[in-house]
Amino acid sequence: MAAVNLSVNGQAKTVDADPDSPLLYALTEDFLLNGPKFGCGLAQCGSCTVLLDGEPVRSCTLPCSEAVGHEVTSIEGLGTVDQPHPLQQAFIDEQAVQCGYCLSGIMLYGKTFIDSNPNATEAEILRSLNGLICRCHTHVRMAKALMRYAEGRRA
Amino acid sequence: MSVRFTKPVAAAMTADAREALEKAGLSRRDFFQTAGALIVSFSAAGKLTGQTATVDPPVNRVDSWVAITADNQVKGYAGKCEFGQGFKTVQYQLFAEELGVAIESVQLTICDTAQCPDQGVSSGSQGHPTQFGPSALRQALATAREALLGMAAQRLGAASGDLAVENGEVFVKADPSKRVAYGALIGGKRFDLTINPNAVPKHPSEYTVLGTSVARYDIPEKATGQYEFIQNVRVPGMLHGKVVRPPAIGAKVVSVDEASVAGLPGNVKVVVKNDFVGVVADKEWQALQAAQELKVTWSTPAALPAQAGFYEYMRRQPTRDSYTVRTDDADTVMNGAARTVAATYLHPYQMHGSLASSCSVADIQGGSGANAKGTIWSATQGVYPQRDSVARVLEIPNTNLRVIYVEGSGCYGINGADTVSFDAALLSQKVGKPVRVQYTRADEMVAAENYGPAYVVDMKAGLDASGNIAAWSYEAWTLAKGGRPNANNPGNIVTGALAGFATAPIVPAAGATPTTFNNGGNSASPYGAGIVGGRAQGTGNIRAERVLVRTIQSPFFTGPLRSPARLQNTFANDSFIDEVAAAVRADPVEYRLRHLSDPRMKDVLTGAAEAYGWDARPSPKPGNARTGVVRGRGIAVVLYEGDNGYCGLVAEVEVDQTTGAVTVLRLVASQDSGPVSNPDGIRNQMEGGALQGMSRAMREEVRWNDQNVMSQDWRSYPVFQFGMPIPKVECVVIDRPDAEHMGAGECTITIAAAAIANAIFDATGARIREVPFTPARVLAALRART
Ligand code: FES
Ligand code: FES
Repeated sequence: MAAVNLSVNGQAKTVDADPDSPLLYALTEDFLLNGPKFGCGLAQCGSCTVLLDGEPVRSCTLPCSEAVGHEVTSIEGLGTVDQPHPLQQAFIDEQAVQCGYCLSGIMLYGKTFIDSNPNATEAEILRSLNGLICRCHTHVRMAKALMRYAEGRRA
Repeated sequence: MSVRFTKPVAAAMTADAREALEKAGLSRRDFFQTAGALIVSFSAAGKLTGQTATVDPPVNRVDSWVAITADNQVKGYAGKCEFGQGFKTVQYQLFAEELGVAIESVQLTICDTAQCPDQGVSSGSQGHPTQFGPSALRQALATAREALLGMAAQRLGAASGDLAVENGEVFVKADPSKRVAYGALIGGKRFDLTINPNAVPKHPSEYTVLGTSVARYDIPEKATGQYEFIQNVRVPGMLHGKVVRPPAIGAKVVSVDEASVAGLPGNVKVVVKNDFVGVVADKEWQALQAAQELKVTWSTPAALPAQAGFYEYMRRQPTRDSYTVRTDDADTVMNGAARTVAATYLHPYQMHGSLASSCSVADIQGGSGANAKGTIWSATQGVYPQRDSVARVLEIPNTNLRVIYVEGSGCYGINGADTVSFDAALLSQKVGKPVRVQYTRADEMVAAENYGPAYVVDMKAGLDASGNIAAWSYEAWTLAKGGRPNANNPGNIVTGALAGFATAPIVPAAGATPTTFNNGGNSASPYGAGIVGGRAQGTGNIRAERVLVRTIQSPFFTGPLRSPARLQNTFANDSFIDEVAAAVRADPVEYRLRHLSDPRMKDVLTGAAEAYGWDARPSPKPGNARTGVVRGRGIAVVLYEGDNGYCGLVAEVEVDQTTGAVTVLRLVASQDSGPVSNPDGIRNQMEGGALQGMSRAMREEVRWNDQNVMSQDWRSYPVFQFGMPIPKVECVVIDRPDAEHMGAGECTITIAAAAIANAIFDATGARIREVPFTPARVLAALRART
């Protein structure tokens, strides 16, 4: 165990953790976040996704020591129920959720790609989600929500 | 157009709030044991710290379902879970509609043995028919409203019939200034009424809240990461547990070397009960390391039956037989047929494969015996059955155990949610502290699931001279082991069995001619007349029928997986009707219509076909080349469970005849589940079900070797995922305000495999009779074309 300095959603904290342990455990046990979730622990599904300096990473396999010195953002860091981020609003507007366990991956990979490619086609946006799993198979609505967000970015 | 309602009902719960909720539960028990002590505020319950309890609010009493506070807030209690299908929102709508209150004034608690009536398990698409049925939520609310109107009539000096309700206030229609709020009539007091079977609920044609697309209450919190899932339950002082499962199915513990983890950090403790082995540590990562390091010596069990040739193996086992239909003339009409058609369909074991590996927290205090007690937070589909079965395993009175439902990821049946709660309870009991168990992916997929069982189905049809079906024979082999846990069968799931409880074996038995028609498994096709006891009860008109299900012992635990048995059976039944239609060169829709009698069944069939733009002609599609890329369309229908949701689905596919790759381009569904409670909600279920059905048809099969299941992650159990082409999905929702409420969540998934197989045939002339439709199997079917 060691002292690991992390900054998550703008909040800095020193946590007592094995530097090799996955970042996800620090996010859920020390930062008490609900957004990033344990799905597979194998970097295969995306439900643990957070942004590391704006780039999506799988926190279930990323050693927490590798997050030191970088800003971590989870979906909690985007917006709130009262003031949702436009991406979150798009998912609410499209009712693009069944259980919602997969949302961190779908939203954060989608957001990263759309923010730098606001004119991308639906096919291109969906390709940026390659390999992510939504087991409720809410794909149709999620595609619509991401397109709605992209349209907002273009406007 | 969706209507919004956002409310703090499921706000992310801190440990404090969680504790307060627990106390609120106790106050609810007090409510049932002492008169009038209505909802106690959280802050008032401090004296109850640490106490756990359970209460079984009688399902026939109005107070078990609803209470109204002095400030006109509605407290609702119900026993049907939310797991992403949107049914909690529908239950909110039902409260608002039936009572005539604003939906925002309702606070609904579901599935907590200390607060909610025992409604068994939330499964089988029974939520909708049950809650709107004659003895559950809607009837309780109708009884409550009649009582409130009666009280208001007295208070206002008017006749009940001259009153109306708006936003929880009763007023005189002729003089709206004369009014009284519900809270002033009953606030803080009990109704003290038994549910009145004669109370008249609102007719769906009067609905203003139900029947509209009220937005899901939970989506804003889910989209912002605030929502508390079972994986996020944090109980003060909680430790972390992991399980160590046998490396081979049937292996038993020979010895456990506790010294192998002695030096590890985190105050590691080892727990062993028969063949159940687990570890507990301070932090989750430490528990994971300890589980990996722990040295356990296991016995070597007998080898599993080989996967190659397994379907033939199934036919050779002793069977427990059951007929769904068996008419006296089944054999004679078949033998006298002008022509027969026969085919065999194969369906593998599949898994729920929930996105979340299951998780649970248990806090069991006092060991075992009369003074032990505890609380379990679980994503189970049935809090009461879990309470009763865990109580047996822990050897504590079930009334000392409380099970609180907390949503997990979509479960689609009995995933690892029950099993992991057994694990957490056993570990917590041994260490005397709250323990959270979060499964690994392999724990979930290999060692916790009750898989959907494999099927072998032999179909045969006898045709008359005009090509119509006169005799229908279905004979299936399937497997079972365990199932949902209950008080008598804790061994129905893996943890109960490991801990020493027997799993009831399949006892071979001959089948008898049935005396009642029960098509809950959809073994009888929609085209049969379903003649049992001299009465035709099916949706079709084939009178001579033999429908025989033969069950054998499964090597793996099995249990309900979304559309259990119904999906496998419908793959066989609705592929086969398509084969027969092709054999007599009939259009697939027209041929089905010839054999259907139920008008609602016909409507979903033609509804899907029309929405798709069906071109009537026999399959395969004339003019399609035998090489290269071709397209085709197929259709399938079902009445889910024989009485619980009509559905039709058209699939359009593209087949690459060089590689065998199939791409589903378009899915058009039509559904009739009676009165529509939430149009957008039902569409969400239809879309998700159609795609999940496509995934199961195209990709999913549990694999094993001679020791254990090899499908242990998303690489070895691939499902439809992002990056693959998403078909266009269209939904036609048929509203039937005068019909009974039916289920809606398992209809499209039931018919996806058959519709896709039929489309592949239409495109290529090749019939694929084994799920999943992998490129290799499609190529084999293409080679087998005549
Ligand atoms: S939990 Fe990290 S990718 Fe699945
Ligand atoms: S909505 Fe359930 S996994 Fe995506």
